[in-house]
Amino acid sequence: MIAGHFNYWVVIVLMMMGFYIVVSDSNLIKKIIGLNVFQTSVFVLFISMSKVKGGTAPILTEEASLYSNPLPHVLILTAIVVGVSTSALGLALISRIHRAYGTVDETLIHEQDETQDEA
Amino acid sequence: MLDHLPALQVIVPLISAPVCMLVTRAVWAWRIATAVSIAAFAMAVLLAREVSSKGVLSYHLGGWVPPLGIEYRIDHLSAYILIIVAATASITMIAAHKSIGQEVADRKSGLFYSAYLLCLTGLLGIVATGDAFNIFVFLEISSLSSYALIAMGRDRRALTASYQYLIMGTIGATFILIGVGLLYMLTGTLNIMDLQQRIPAVIGSRTLHAAFAFLTAGVSLKIALFPLHLWLPNAYAYAPSMMTVFLSATATKVSLYVLFRFFFGLFSPEVSFEYFYLGKILLPLSIVAILTASFIAIFQDNIKRMLAYSSVAQIGYMTLGIGLGTQAGSIASLVYLLNHALIKGGLFLAIACVVFRIQSVQLEDFNGLGRRMPWTMSAILLLGLGLIGVPLTAGFISKWYILSAAIEQDRWLSAIVILGGSLLAILYVWKIVEHAYFRPSPNPARDIPATREAPLTMLVPLWLLVAGNFYLGLDTSFSAGFADTAMRAFFP
Repeated sequence: MIAGHFNYWVVIVLMMMGFYIVVSDSNLIKKIIGLNVFQTSVFVLFISMSKVKGGTAPILTEEASLYSNPLPHVLILTAIVVGVSTSALGLALISRIHRAYGTVDETLIHEQDETQDEA
Repeated sequence: MLDHLPALQVIVPLISAPVCMLVTRAVWAWRIATAVSIAAFAMAVLLAREVSSKGVLSYHLGGWVPPLGIEYRIDHLSAYILIIVAATASITMIAAHKSIGQEVADRKSGLFYSAYLLCLTGLLGIVATGDAFNIFVFLEISSLSSYALIAMGRDRRALTASYQYLIMGTIGATFILIGVGLLYMLTGTLNIMDLQQRIPAVIGSRTLHAAFAFLTAGVSLKIALFPLHLWLPNAYAYAPSMMTVFLSATATKVSLYVLFRFFFGLFSPEVSFEYFYLGKILLPLSIVAILTASFIAIFQDNIKRMLAYSSVAQIGYMTLGIGLGTQAGSIASLVYLLNHALIKGGLFLAIACVVFRIQSVQLEDFNGLGRRMPWTMSAILLLGLGLIGVPLTAGFISKWYILSAAIEQDRWLSAIVILGGSLLAILYVWKIVEHAYFRPSPNPARDIPATREAPLTMLVPLWLLVAGNFYLGLDTSFSAGFADTAMRAFFP
């Protein structure tokens, strides 16, 4: 059960870890890290499904007749680019938040907004 | 040339985005963005005419035949949404110059307009493509650029709002990616038409259940369906005024289109509703959305936040229409989508006019504005009537369609909620009207120079939307007619 679906168990564990960090941590940078772990788990999911038993890397050669499916690799290449852009944008936002609020902690930022509202 | 329209619709804004970035003068960046938006609108209209005369258009990117190649597929549903997105884009851009000039620093405006064009590219791309993975990519293009646009707001809370949207939006998009991946795992295809034919053969598989669940959760996050709406109020409230106009009328609407495309096009309505009970998920959430969000809207002092909560409630009406699971409900939802884009876009545009003059969105600062900005305030009043659903306005037509679709199914609870939501809308629209017309101006010495009416470049687009609000209230041949044909393709 576990050995046969090892990759998928890894995917689920990574996904839940990443998701938990995003939801529970109040540090904005750690949230981005969690988001990255979460996205990476999806990359592993896609790459795992492209494996064909006994297949080799999808490069045409005369020795091999069975190849792994290259399409999910291509899709994930795109998704990785998306993930990198998301992290870059998120970190850029955090750096501006830090300049505006002087902290990267969600609870402290929230407190500052509350006091601003009352003032 | 005409053959390449489906691709040009997406490529023209995409290519002009970097051009905008290179332009040094703000006014030229704005001119390019406006010209491109209007060109996109012209293309959308041409596409709609082509679809009406020739039927579904299928464009093979690079000449590769689907399902192996990527296909752009324009049917009535996509043509309808393309028109809404491109029309909103044109109106927003025509009105945008002065407001953006005031809210965004000149040296940044080139970048600002190129982010806007990328957002437009993404939104048009989602609608034009016939490939499930492509939808994810375009969704991320539009989302990433809208996070950047929202963060340009002047209040520092724009930054945290954008960050919150980024986190929730990315989770939503990743869920969609997982769903698409699982479908690919089962069927070996990403083309939506091809998927539709292969899904009946794999029904019963647990992977299909998981895929459906991930897609539903992901799309609901993007639609801001209650209780996944938490990113929306702040994002709309603190974004630059003109971007609130653009995003409120397009972003959630295109996500609703994705819902239609996935659950009616990719899965058939039969599979979605009879096998996966989509209605049982959507209806209760929609009902809670309408009541809760309308109620919260009443207590907001920030008018942009009030209208944002009202948007969450209005989204509830649209998902309620879809949740009914009937052809009439879906047509009603599509009509609602158009009318609400028009009304809410108009209301946010009116608020942008006010912000341009008084730099505030607080309710108390609206005191006495009815006399000082008569054109803007009367526009808010008339669009507000549309939001409530008073007869002769577009809002009445959409509420009427939803209501009759609910009654047709004997869903009396939904019908009562629809009417109750309108009553709550009266309350929050009345709050704006009361402050603008029945409260005295604040200390007159303080607001010297006396607040003047908004500039004509903003008033004319605003009144175009007001006129549209009444036109669509009287003549439903475009809204209901087109929606009817669009839905007939999915309900044989």
